[in-house]
Amino acid sequence: MTVTLTTAGPLPSLDDAEATYDVVVVGAGVVGAAVARELARYRLRTALVDASDDIGNATSKANTAILHTGFDAVPGSLEARLVREGRDLLAAYAAEAGIPVERVGALLVAWDEDQLAALPGLRDKAERNGYHASRIIGADELRAREPHLGPGALGALDVPDESIICPWTTPLAFATQAVRAGVHLHLNCRVRDITPDADGHTLTTSRGPLRTRHLVNAAGLHADEIDRLLGHDVFTVTPRRGQLLVLDKLARPLVGHILLPVPGPAGKGVLVAPTVFGNVLLGPTAEDLDDKTATGSTADGIRLLREKGRRIVPGLLDEEVTAVYAGLRAATGQEDYRIQEYPGLRYVAVGGIRSTGLTASMAIGRHVMGLLTAVGLDPGEPHELPPLTMPNLGEAFPRPYRDAALIAADPAYGTLVCHCEQVTLGEIRDALTSTIPPHSPDGLRRRTRARGGRCQGFYCGAAVRALFEEERP
Amino acid sequence: MTGQPREVDVLIVGAGPAGLAAGAELAAADAGRVEILEREQEAGGIPRHCHHGGFGGRLERSAYAWASAAGSAYARKGTTGPDFARRGVAAAVAAGAALRTGVTVTGWAGPRTVETTGPAGPEQITARAVILATGARERPRSARLIPGTRPPGVYTTGELQQAVHLYGLRIGTRAVVVGDEPVGHAAVATLRAAGVHVVAVVTDRTAPALRLRSPRVPLLTGTTVTELTGRRRLSGVALRHHDGRTTTLRCDTVVLTGDFVPDHELARRGGIVLDPGTRGPAYDAAYRTSHPGVFAVGNLLHAVERAGYAAQEGRAVAVPVLHRLAGTEEAAGAGRRLVVDAPLRWIAPNVAGPDGARPVGDRFVLRTGRRLPRPLLVVSQDGRELHRQRLLSTAVPGRPFTLGAEWVDRVDPDGTDVRITAR
Repeated sequence: MTVTLTTAGPLPSLDDAEATYDVVVVGAGVVGAAVARELARYRLRTALVDASDDIGNATSKANTAILHTGFDAVPGSLEARLVREGRDLLAAYAAEAGIPVERVGALLVAWDEDQLAALPGLRDKAERNGYHASRIIGADELRAREPHLGPGALGALDVPDESIICPWTTPLAFATQAVRAGVHLHLNCRVRDITPDADGHTLTTSRGPLRTRHLVNAAGLHADEIDRLLGHDVFTVTPRRGQLLVLDKLARPLVGHILLPVPGPAGKGVLVAPTVFGNVLLGPTAEDLDDKTATGSTADGIRLLREKGRRIVPGLLDEEVTAVYAGLRAATGQEDYRIQEYPGLRYVAVGGIRSTGLTASMAIGRHVMGLLTAVGLDPGEPHELPPLTMPNLGEAFPRPYRDAALIAADPAYGTLVCHCEQVTLGEIRDALTSTIPPHSPDGLRRRTRARGGRCQGFYCGAAVRALFEEERP
Repeated sequence: MTGQPREVDVLIVGAGPAGLAAGAELAAADAGRVEILEREQEAGGIPRHCHHGGFGGRLERSAYAWASAAGSAYARKGTTGPDFARRGVAAAVAAGAALRTGVTVTGWAGPRTVETTGPAGPEQITARAVILATGARERPRSARLIPGTRPPGVYTTGELQQAVHLYGLRIGTRAVVVGDEPVGHAAVATLRAAGVHVVAVVTDRTAPALRLRSPRVPLLTGTTVTELTGRRRLSGVALRHHDGRTTTLRCDTVVLTGDFVPDHELARRGGIVLDPGTRGPAYDAAYRTSHPGVFAVGNLLHAVERAGYAAQEGRAVAVPVLHRLAGTEEAAGAGRRLVVDAPLRWIAPNVAGPDGARPVGDRFVLRTGRRLPRPLLVVSQDGRELHRQRLLSTAVPGRPFTLGAEWVDRVDPDGTDVRITAR
């Protein structure tokens, strides 16, 4: 296994005939990584490039971490199909690769008569989306199943297969498998210009030129800009900011299911959901912005979430907030994905992948593979990728600090560094020397949970940073 | 977890000033096997990284010191934090306590049985008495709900001190310190030791308790932090003054100081009742929690008192623990809760003990949420006044003041909660 992962310096030289890639995927979010993993199954020269220093470092890292059933998609849409297919693919892949998934189920809670009246329509929509397990439950059953719910809940639509998943391990698993299978990964590599010609494209990047025969645009928030570099003016990405609060693990017993609002005129609204790390998530807000870098939280956003959260599960607000973050969703003003192939350009644009993108990612990967063939790529025969096991970050699955045999074999797995999240020296060491290692302490946190807990580094922050800097001075 | 089961007489969770003192006292009193578990690699607790003086001296004022590292009226009294920590460790070990570092209690497997993990593997330890001494920490940026981006360069004092004094990490060039509790001094001193220019100390209080000894650092009162800015690195701290003025201080480092909370996770995981004011375990003058045989000492009970006070509590818990071991423990009785009215924030201890047992030093410790000049403290139960006491000084947020304990034997064990009100 030869891994090609670059973060600085020149890219493979254009003079070298071998340097021309068959496919370059722009954007290493969950979608780009899934496309790269799909391409890795073929004997192709593929590169995955990203402007940032890590996999999944923009929209993919700051979502609600839900593995959707697609029950509420627009029936007949591309999104509905890819979410439905992607869900099954990802659920199976997660089980195989050790990505934590918990099938906690969702309850769409009706807080007034209008919302209650909307539940049958939502159930019917779920049926049209091929999801047949949802049913409407009354106030008493709802209360019995969610005893900490605030007063006034009238009933709910029960969607038992909605699940929670680790949003960080998923794209990292895709990319790791891709890179191990020979896909080149170039980070800190921002695409500034694209010159198409008869044989393909020359990309001008922040790290120099790059040559490819086929191009996949999975640039998320910047997919419209990449598309424009190719002369299109098809869609505009309007960043929709979602601020979220992560509550202390001590809040986890207050919430059993993903508690969804009934969608109304004001959008999908604020949800309360457990996380696979054992916390509770409250959010997101939905703010249409024009700044694609506005990933800050705001006082108004935090206030709004606390007001909503107080109504949904009042006890939540007695617990400490362990993180406040904001993600930008790539809204395009159209209620569907915008995935388009351009045969003349040997180009596939993957735009408008909304919050369902995590669920749909593997199906998008397959879909894009098909479109690449349609634009002239001859991939040859696929081969099986060697299986992959990711380090488990999920609270519901065995973790090293509890594993007597593992600790006996290597005491580093019994040496806790981050106490709030029970992260061991062994896990930190593994992450720092993994196939795609972190290039920042935040990257290390997303691989291990180190310093992601309630104290946010009061106890372990300096120790974790010292370990990181020792490995990457 | 298939931990090896083991039994000890006394299990102490946490080897800070309180846990070490308890271990030393109990081991010296031949309490049997006294084991102290410390999850860090080195015992000593917070003082390990408080490189200023003032620990353990007669005038010692705070675990986090009023004294700056550069020296002050207090610095020559007592000793430095690391030295205080070393002495505590040496005393516990010399007395015969088994001190095990790098061992973390991860949960409960029974009323007095804990699950642990460490390099030697998981264990289950059952004790005849458990003493929780898990301490307190400063609330981080997220818990304070400070909006903005999430760049590197945001610290609590605890993390800053460790980064500078234990790991020698690079900090930055320009820092803003938030908070006016005494720990702010320690933060300023640590920043200076790391060669960082302190731009300002910021507090939302209009009349802060903190008096900066250095005229070089501006103190901005009545000012709240409204946003942190910057991407790859902190670039500034946006501020708003109570009068509506706003500004942004350019800096690459911000230290959020004070605002301590008890590290109560293990206590809560065990279902131990918390006091709503302190957020630590509710406890009586014998350091008994709601669970028989589970005691608590130190800043887990009250965030935070000075290290010397925590150590004093550690020593004081020995007597009730020995009674427990000997089977001569007083019945818990119907200990009445002590409840404070706003603006008072908490009182400790916060359960009236049996037979009018009195707290250490014969005093209760309190905090206020608002400045109270010479308040009259009134203790009452069921409308019956038990005690009144005029404070001769001003009660200030973030700083301790005390209430005499001479009234505790007048508490009616069959009555309702005892209320403490400031007038």
